[in-house]
Amino acid sequence: MAPEFGESGAVKSYKLKKRRKKQSKKDSKTRTVHSNLLYSCAKGDENPNRHYAHNNIKTTKYTLLSFLPKNLFEQFHRFANVYFVFIALLNFVPIVNAFQPELALAPVVFILSVTALKDLWEDYRRHRSDKEINHMDCLVYCRNERKYLEKYWKEIQVGDFIRLRCNEIIPADVLLLSSSDPDGLCHIETATLDGETNLKQRQVVRSFSELDCVFDPTQYKAVIECEKPNNDLNRFRGYMIHRSGRRDGLHKENLLLRGCTIRNTEEAVGIVIYAGHETKAMLNNNGPRYKRSKLERQMNVHVFWCVIILVVMCLFAAIGHGLWVRQYGEHRPLFDVPSPEGPALSPALSAVYLFLTMIIIFQVLIPISLYVSIEIVKICQVYFIHQDLDLYDEETDSHLQCRALNITEDLGQMQYIFSDKTGTLTENKMVFRRCTVMGEEYSHDANARRLATYQEADSEEEECTSKAGTLPRRDSVTSHQSVKVMHRSQSTKSHRRTGSRAEAKRASILSKHTAFSSPMEKDITPDPKLFDKVNECASQLYLMRSQGQPMNHLASELSDVIDFFIALTICNTVVVSSPNQPRHKVRVRLELKSPVKTIEDFIRRFTPSRLTGSNSSSSSSLVTNRSTHKTCSSLLSSPSAESTLMGLEEELGPAPRREAGPASPPGGDGELRYEAESPDEAALVYAARAYNCALVGRLPEQVTVELPHLGKLTFELLHTLGFDATRKRMSVVVRHPLTGEIVVYTKGADSAIMDLTRHGSTDENRGKHQRKILNKTQNYLNLYAADGLRTLCIAKRVLSKEEYACWLKSHLEAESAIQSREQLLFESALRLEKNLHLLGATGIEDRLQDGVPETIAALRKAGLQVWVLTGDKQETAINIAYSCKLLDHEEEIITLNAETPEACAVLLDKSIHYIQSKFVNNTLNPAAEDFEVDFTPFQIPSSSSVHRLGLVIDGRTLAYALDKRLEDKFLAVARSCRSVLCCRSTPLQKSMVVKLVRNKLKVMTLAIGKYCIQRYIIIILLINRQVLYIEV
Amino acid sequence: MASSYNAKEEDGQLSGAAGSGGVGAGKSKKPDNTAFKQQRLPAWQPILTAGTVLPAFFVIGLIFIPIGIGLFVTSNNIKEFEIDYTGIDPASECYNCSQTLTWNSTKPCICKVPFTLEQSFESDVFMYYGLSNFYQNHRRYVKSRDDSQLNGDTSSLTSPSKECEPYRTSDNKPIAPCGAIANSLFNDTLTLYYINPNGTESLVPLIKKGIAWWTDKNVKFRNPGGSNFNLTAVFQGNSKPVNWRKPVYELDTDPENNGFINEDFIVWMRTAALPTFRKLYRLIEKKNNMIPTLQRGNYTLEITYNYPVRRFDGRKRMILSTISWMGGKNPFLGIAYITVGSVCFFLGVVLLIIHQKYGNRNNSAEIPN
Repeated sequence: MAPEFGESGAVKSYKLKKRRKKQSKKDSKTRTVHSNLLYSCAKGDENPNRHYAHNNIKTTKYTLLSFLPKNLFEQFHRFANVYFVFIALLNFVPIVNAFQPELALAPVVFILSVTALKDLWEDYRRHRSDKEINHMDCLVYCRNERKYLEKYWKEIQVGDFIRLRCNEIIPADVLLLSSSDPDGLCHIETATLDGETNLKQRQVVRSFSELDCVFDPTQYKAVIECEKPNNDLNRFRGYMIHRSGRRDGLHKENLLLRGCTIRNTEEAVGIVIYAGHETKAMLNNNGPRYKRSKLERQMNVHVFWCVIILVVMCLFAAIGHGLWVRQYGEHRPLFDVPSPEGPALSPALSAVYLFLTMIIIFQVLIPISLYVSIEIVKICQVYFIHQDLDLYDEETDSHLQCRALNITEDLGQMQYIFSDKTGTLTENKMVFRRCTVMGEEYSHDANARRLATYQEADSEEEECTSKAGTLPRRDSVTSHQSVKVMHRSQSTKSHRRTGSRAEAKRASILSKHTAFSSPMEKDITPDPKLFDKVNECASQLYLMRSQGQPMNHLASELSDVIDFFIALTICNTVVVSSPNQPRHKVRVRLELKSPVKTIEDFIRRFTPSRLTGSNSSSSSSLVTNRSTHKTCSSLLSSPSAESTLMGLEEELGPAPRREAGPASPPGGDGELRYEAESPDEAALVYAARAYNCALVGRLPEQVTVELPHLGKLTFELLHTLGFDATRKRMSVVVRHPLTGEIVVYTKGADSAIMDLTRHGSTDENRGKHQRKILNKTQNYLNLYAADGLRTLCIAKRVLSKEEYACWLKSHLEAESAIQSREQLLFESALRLEKNLHLLGATGIEDRLQDGVPETIAALRKAGLQVWVLTGDKQETAINIAYSCKLLDHEEEIITLNAETPEACAVLLDKSIHYIQSKFVNNTLNPAAEDFEVDFTPFQIPSSSSVHRLGLVIDGRTLAYALDKRLEDKFLAVARSCRSVLCCRSTPLQKSMVVKLVRNKLKVMTLAIGKYCIQRYIIIILLINRQVLYIEV
Repeated sequence: MASSYNAKEEDGQLSGAAGSGGVGAGKSKKPDNTAFKQQRLPAWQPILTAGTVLPAFFVIGLIFIPIGIGLFVTSNNIKEFEIDYTGIDPASECYNCSQTLTWNSTKPCICKVPFTLEQSFESDVFMYYGLSNFYQNHRRYVKSRDDSQLNGDTSSLTSPSKECEPYRTSDNKPIAPCGAIANSLFNDTLTLYYINPNGTESLVPLIKKGIAWWTDKNVKFRNPGGSNFNLTAVFQGNSKPVNWRKPVYELDTDPENNGFINEDFIVWMRTAALPTFRKLYRLIEKKNNMIPTLQRGNYTLEITYNYPVRRFDGRKRMILSTISWMGGKNPFLGIAYITVGSVCFFLGVVLLIIHQKYGNRNNSAEIPN
């Protein structure tokens, strides 16, 4: 039962190593990559890239010739086969043979041939999929034709230039040299590598990002020196030597990895660095590791015992035989047939022969056939799992995929399930649920109802789109559904244009999970009350503007309302894109880089003429220092084009949209899509759009927002202070086009914002009012949190010119600082984000996957312990846990928060005592008050339940608890709890927890999520129509 | 590798979905809702409850006990007489024969063993010889025969199977019949005399045909040469087995009982499973209804003592037995039936009591604490 597959992997890697060694003899420790275009005329010798692996992958184990010996060799790693062959060979020894030797061979040959056929078939499948992958298309620059030509993946060589389009899969490890993105960014989705569906940014190599013109491969003359192929996905080092001798450092941000998918980027060009088997993805993949199931392990133990029994029996028989023969002495009895060879054997020798004979005779004692039959049973099991209707998902027309044949039965033996939260329990689709503005709560009941009914509508609609390529019968579905159908079909169409058909399909399905929000997130039913207010406020502003009044005399409540939505709209890094236009997305980098470069610049800009600048001509003139490429794209997106659309839209009548159910966003917006780095941001922007405050365009230095009645307003974006984990907030500094004030809009976690709000005000009345609002908002926030919503607070601050100038000075200093720049910028941000004026708060729902509470209940009923390991903060995690019924309000919750290892130890001890006193003695009057330090039993548990306990532990405490000295105690506590919730835990901690439980408790564990340490096989399970990626 | 496979497989999946979009639901991957695929085939899983188990016990008990009694009575009615004539005891009649006998001795040794039947044997009597400590089940012994030779195959006659080694050839001639089994053929001759009350001996007629299985006699064993009754000519090229006194074609004078189809030989060739066994030797048929087959009284068993068993500490016996519908005397079967039936009945009663006393409680709670 040796792990044959693992072995072969090892062999492979060994070979690779050997090959690498050979290479390293040839050249130095680094890899040098030249452009192939310099050498392309001669296929051969002078091309320095010729030694590197081609992109042709071959994952098959055997060739036609090597199949028989190699396969046999592998099969003889199995104890059973060796045993069989031993028995068969024994039969060929005449003195001990019991049966016809040829007959004894039959079972061995049968088993070996069946396994060989199975392996052959698997290898053939691998071969086929290899072929398919090798024959995927890719655009490669061809020197002779001077353009990009379609080539197969397998023809790509190191040093080739390839052009990747949106939603294409990257064929090899590519150094990014150019991107359609003006900032030289390219987004990739690494779901196939690490399972994370969020987008990752990659940057064009520094010297190329400053190029003005379109990248031309023929001009490329540089030489790349980088490290040898290795399997570390997160490391890439090297440098590029230009003709001029200049060196540019390369790091992993420049590398596009094979297997990832290009997202949100129209086009990217790069040079192939590693190809084929030398890509990081391939090196990382040592083939499926052979994993033995518990059953198999147990069976081995039993077979071992069988062997011992067999030996004992044979020994017994042999000794008995020896004695029996000896008893007759020299006189052979009639029936004791002498051996054909001649003289009678001595008793001892005949005993030895009999021992061997007995092994043959008793061979059935060892249930070798069991291995074969179990294998057959497993195949049947997999077949039935495949065929199970309950595990079939209609929406995606997919059923469960079982990647590992040999551990299916282990699924039934799981005792612990470790689950990620985001993406597993929740959909990672953020949906705007409710908000509170100026202390007034808008419950968005209609929205909630819509979400509740969404599921049925969604599946229905799914069917419609899939059945007919064009639009389905529209009369049969309600109006808002038809709108959605339109969205969907348009989006698929647009994809079809970009890539091959299969790719488009893939993209359209994937897009549901990744870059583009689903209709559920997009369509938000506005709250009528708030909608009225927004309209009223906007119309007043409109009036004021038309009458030429100064804008800042609006009633404070109304202005706050409109500010709230403006903040929602612009205080983010969301990018607007429309699929059928060339992408005009412009992303503000998250580095704290401010467009205002100098004080002079600031002063120059700060001229009254620009204060009212809402028209496009002046703003577009700002954007001159950028590339032509960009000007072109910004022209396309210029408001003039959109204002015509706007006009059209207004003619259609904007006001009665309220009745139209979910706000179908302003004109032509079927095409408008928001791409956000975090789904929260997108949710907020979509929410604002529902109130007709739509984000129309974003350029590095301006944001265009469309407001009701007011039309398009362009906010001049002065600074963006990006989100960071310590501040837990982000801010934008803009110039308000109507009032001309410089406003800071801040969005962040409630704890971060609430402390920064302005308490004391000069105006006593206002101050009181403000405090009241604060209190109210805080109450609502608590309510939201209890509902399991993710809360965000929105605040603003109006800066006077002097304040701004003062801050700007220090900020620019910070930006230009060389040492401890980060720290200075951080402090600068802190200086800005104070005395905030609270506008409101939002509650965003990270929707649970369908059927999660039921699934958890079912799992629990089956006696499984469910642990959720999440990086979320404690409150959110607890709320989510409540909403998915992981924790129960009936339940008592032990919360472990400790600052030091000592405190943690004390806490754990106390918990153990507490659990013992509570549940062993079953006294309902524990001295719970004694442990008040940080350990608060929320409720007295109902006496009937023995272990109705939940354990909540945060990341820091977890780190202490996972210490060698404390882990036993931690386990003791955790075991006696019904559910365990680890918040704020790092991926490393997550894997440590899983390892700890698996090794210490000796139980089967199932880890779900992207942090799986047992990344051997992926089984996609559909529980209650929900797709989980379960890696066992 | 995994990554690329992922991509590929998803592709495949999606193209399937695309197909369903274009053509209709034809290519859908939805599993068939059939009884087999959804594992809804009818199945029967007996659930053992007190209601089913208790009657089963009683029924088994009530059926088995009468059967056992019947078998036991029948077995007891069978008359059996057994006499050991090995001659281990110096006082016994065959002591001399047993002491002097070897396979090579040419002069037959005859001894007479008197015995008395306490009761008369009414129906047909079967006469057996029995051997003890004779391992006819020895692995190599069992194999040491050539069935095709015994079936009359002439090619096997001239070159017997390898299995017969080392009793395959002697004097460079193939042995017929070859092998250890044939070689060790039981060759004592038993004759039975009834001692009339007046002191004269009268021979009890023993029938030597009809003691072998029909299939053995007619199918498995055939003389070579087909209809040629001149067995002497047929076995010309063969030598007799080493231990035999006379060749195979002189086993009997009756051509229907000579050669390979000699019934004593056939009976011997059917090896016994245990070291102590008995083999049918002769039949004593009931002549008329008036006189019992074997009257009570004194008899003499005359033995032509040829078969040496002393070397392996063996015993030889002669058994006279009647039979019934259930075969020979075998009290075990009846006792076994009675025991099993009684145990079942007893268990039934015990379980019934337990059920009556505690049954109600178990119905309510699955797991009593």
